[in-house]
Amino acid sequence: MPTITQAPPETSEPLKPRDASKAIKRSSIKRDRFFPYALSAPAAFLELLIHIVPMLLGVWIAFLSLTQFSIANWVKAPFVGLQNFITALDPNGPIGSQFFDALGRTFLFTVLVVAIAWSLGIFAAVLLASKFRGNGFFRTLFLVPYALPSYVTTIAWAFMFNQRDGMVNRFLVEDLGILDEGPFWLLGGNSFFVMVVVAVWQFWPFAFLMLLAAVQSIPNEVYEAASLDGASLWKQFTSITLPMIKHANVVLLLMLGLWVFNQFDIPYLLFGPVSPEEATLISPLIYQQSFNNWNFGVGGALSVVLLIALLIVSAFYIRLVMPKEKSIDD
Amino acid sequence: MIETRGFRILRVFGLAFITLIIVLPLYVVITTSIKPLKDVRGAFEWIPSEFTLAPYLDIWTTVPLGKYFANSMIVTISATILSVSIAILAAYALSRFDFRGARSFRLIVLSTQMFPGILFLLPLFLIFTQLERAVGLQLNGSYLGLIVTYMTFSLPFSIWMLTGFFASMPKELEEAAMVDGLGRLGALVKVVLPVARPGIIAVSVYCFITSWSEVLFASVLTNKDTRTLSIGLQAYASQTDVYWNQMMAASVVVSIPVLAGFLFAQRHLVAGLSSGAVK
Repeated sequence: MPTITQAPPETSEPLKPRDASKAIKRSSIKRDRFFPYALSAPAAFLELLIHIVPMLLGVWIAFLSLTQFSIANWVKAPFVGLQNFITALDPNGPIGSQFFDALGRTFLFTVLVVAIAWSLGIFAAVLLASKFRGNGFFRTLFLVPYALPSYVTTIAWAFMFNQRDGMVNRFLVEDLGILDEGPFWLLGGNSFFVMVVVAVWQFWPFAFLMLLAAVQSIPNEVYEAASLDGASLWKQFTSITLPMIKHANVVLLLMLGLWVFNQFDIPYLLFGPVSPEEATLISPLIYQQSFNNWNFGVGGALSVVLLIALLIVSAFYIRLVMPKEKSIDD
Repeated sequence: MIETRGFRILRVFGLAFITLIIVLPLYVVITTSIKPLKDVRGAFEWIPSEFTLAPYLDIWTTVPLGKYFANSMIVTISATILSVSIAILAAYALSRFDFRGARSFRLIVLSTQMFPGILFLLPLFLIFTQLERAVGLQLNGSYLGLIVTYMTFSLPFSIWMLTGFFASMPKELEEAAMVDGLGRLGALVKVVLPVARPGIIAVSVYCFITSWSEVLFASVLTNKDTRTLSIGLQAYASQTDVYWNQMMAASVVVSIPVLAGFLFAQRHLVAGLSSGAVK
C-alpha cells in the first residue's frame, strides 16, 4: 500500500505547532483506518493458517476413521460419527480406561508439581526480595534450570536415576546406606515420582521469577509497621505477603498449572515415545494413540476432549479465585 | 520483610538448601563431562579419577553433533526472526490503534498461546502429508515444516509480550516524529524500534530459548537429515550402550548458546516475563 510508506504531504512542510497537531489529527483519521489492518495482516494470516485451520481440522478428524490404512489420503477417510469419542471415553474399553487413568494421574501430577514449585518459589522470593551482598548471584543461579534446554536437564536426571550406576542409587545405597539395593527408578510406580522431581526442578524458577517481582512490589513500610506491632515473621508472611501477591498468584497458578498439565517433554525424554503405564500423562497418551498406534481418529477425539477440559478448567479457575480478591485481610 | 536476626539465619540456611538442589545436577553433568570413559563404565563416583577434555572432542564423531547443531540453529533462528518481525507489526497495531476486530484478534492470540502443542501437531502433520501428496511440497521432515510449527508457539507469545512493551512507551514519541515529517511507518521504524530494542531483544532471546529446547514437533517432523539437538541427543541417550561422559559433554556444549543469550538479556527478560504477574 503506497499511502503508508510515503510521508503525508501535510507534515512534509514546516508547520507551526497548532497546525501540526491539526495536520496529524486529520492525516491519522484518514490513514489509521487501513494502517492497523495492514500491520496486523501477516500475523492474522499466520494465526489463521497455523492455529485456526489446524484446530478446526483437529475437531473434524475426531469424526473420521483414521488408521494407518487411511492416513496417507485422509481426505477420503470414512466419517464415523461419534465412534471415536465412544472408543476414547468408554471407561470399560482399553483406551477409555487408559484415558481416565491418565486424566486422574495428570491432575495429581499437576497438583504436586505446582504446589512444590510454588512453595520453593515463594520461599526463595521472600529470601531474595531485600538487597544484600550476593543477591544478584543467587537470583541468576536460581534461574539457570529455567534457562537450560529441558532435554539437557531431563537427560541428566535420567542418568542420575539410572538403576545400575546412577548417582541417586549410589547416594542411597553406599553413601547413606538406607537401602540394600538400588531400585529401578524409571520403571513402574517410581517413574511417576521421578517425573515429579524433574518437573519441579525445571519449573520452580518460573514461580520464583514471577513471585519475586510481586514480593518486591510490596512497600517495606507495611512490614515495618507490622513488626512494630510485634508481628512475627510468619505472621507478616501470612497476613501481609500472601494477601498482597494474590494477583500474581492467580496468574502464576493458571499459567504454571496449564503448562504442567500439558507436559509432554519430560516423560518423552525420560521414557521415550511410550511412558510406563504408571506415568502416562494426557499429552503423551494422545501422542501414543496417534503416532505409535496410528489411530489418529481416537487421538483427535482425545484432543477435542482435552481442549474442552482446558477451556472449562481455566474459566472455572478464574471464576473461583477472582471474587475472593476483595477480602484481603481477616 | 524486616531483616531481623532470625530472618538472616533463615536466609543463610534457605539459600544454601536451594543452591544445593540447583547445583547437584549441574555438578553431575560437569564432572561427568570431564571423566575418562572407564569412570562412567561402572558405578557412579563423585570425583573423577582423572580430568580429561577428550569427551568434548569425541562426541562430535560419536553422534553427528555438528549436523544436529546446524539443524537446530537453522530452524531456531529462522523461526525467531520470522515470529518477532511479524509480531512487531501486529503488536504495534494492537498497542496503538483501536480498530475493529482488535479485541477478537487479541483474544485469539492469548487463547492459542494457552493450548498445548499436541493439539496442533496432529492436524498440522495431516495437512503436511496432504500437501506433499497433492502438490509435492515436502514439509514433513523439512526445515520449512518445522519452522512453521515452531511459530505456533513463538508467534502468539511474541505478539502478546511486545504489545505490552509498546503500550508502555509514550505516544509522544511518534507524534514528535510525525511532526518532523516521518510517516506512520517511518515513525515506527526510525523512532519506536530503536527505543523498543531491549524489549525486542528479550522477546527474541525467549523465542530462541523455547525453540532450541523444543521436543514435541521435532520428534515427529524431523528425519535423519533434519534432526535437531533435542531429538538427536534423546535418541543417543536412550541406547543401551551410552558413553555418558560424552553425552554430558554434549549437554554442556548445547547449553552454551541459550545460557549466553539468557545471561545477556536476563534483566529485560525477567522484567518482561514477570510484568504479567504484577498489577
